Amino acid sequence: MSQDHSHNDDHAPQTDVKEGPPGEYEILSRAMQEILEEKGLIKAEQIQKKMELYDEDYPNRGAKVVAKAWTDPEFKARLLENGNKAVAELGISMEADHLIAVENTPEVHNLIVCTLCSCYPRSLLGMPPTWYKSRNYRSRVVHEPRSVLSEFGTEISNDTTVRVHDSNADMRYVVLPMRPEGTEDWSAEQLEELLSRDHLVGVTVPVVD
Amino acid sequence: MSAFQPVTPIPDHDFDIGDRVTIKRGHPPGHRRTPHYIRGKTGEIERICGVFPNPEERAYGFDGLPGRILYRVKFKQSDVWCGYAGPDTDIIEMEIFEHWLEPA
Repeated sequence: MSQDHSHNDDHAPQTDVKEGPPGEYEILSRAMQEILEEKGLIKAEQIQKKMELYDEDYPNRGAKVVAKAWTDPEFKARLLENGNKAVAELGISMEADHLIAVENTPEVHNLIVCTLCSCYPRSLLGMPPTWYKSRNYRSRVVHEPRSVLSEFGTEISNDTTVRVHDSNADMRYVVLPMRPEGTEDWSAEQLEELLSRDHLVGVTVPVVD
Repeated sequence: MSAFQPVTPIPDHDFDIGDRVTIKRGHPPGHRRTPHYIRGKTGEIERICGVFPNPEERAYGFDGLPGRILYRVKFKQSDVWCGYAGPDTDIIEMEIFEHWLEPA
């Protein structure tokens, strides 16, 4: 993971973070879990295990997919054709989600948002960051994407189309960034290290110093 | 995006890639996946995603079947927002179910 995480988090609006007693849906969710456990249908450890996967394993998967696409043009073509099938080659299941990969080029910069809630390719990137779920990001990215990008330190030339994707129904999106110059002889592992979640949402672009 | 494969077979679809469409302007009550900001706007079919259970039914405990065709529609930002500040070439795209679309 690159060090620009903390930089971006400085910009992150925290308006949706709530402290205090659990909300109605959280209580419902806890009650449902207790009932399922009492009936012997699930175990608390299974829930815990899944949460650990979302926190520790899933966030690394997106970088693996992009590094593979950068180093294997045929894989990239398959990824653009059928996201779920392509990531399955790397042992990644999208579970109930349907993946669309969108490719950045010198002509187009892609940016992902979900204005209705916070749909996000969780099995590829883990849990969405707080700023992605914030009302501020969700409402502003659709009509002033370039201002939001600029707040993340990303300046896109007016000659390049900014293409915003509202992830508002059944598909989930991942941005395939442009491979930075100077990485021509890098290994897939080095490329993975260079990539961060924010590059795959499209709020920043990978660069080599 | 001709290389993209729809995630399900798409037997009977009213629109094809490149068709101009207008999003219905209605504001029916209930759970809708069509954002308010796009209703009444005109864009172009970018790809056909596949057939999916209707979320407007599923939200109320029904099975959402038969499924509906889901399209990706692209719009010029300057057609969506009055006084959009970026270049005329900027785009916004989203997923719209067939029953929300009219030929433009």
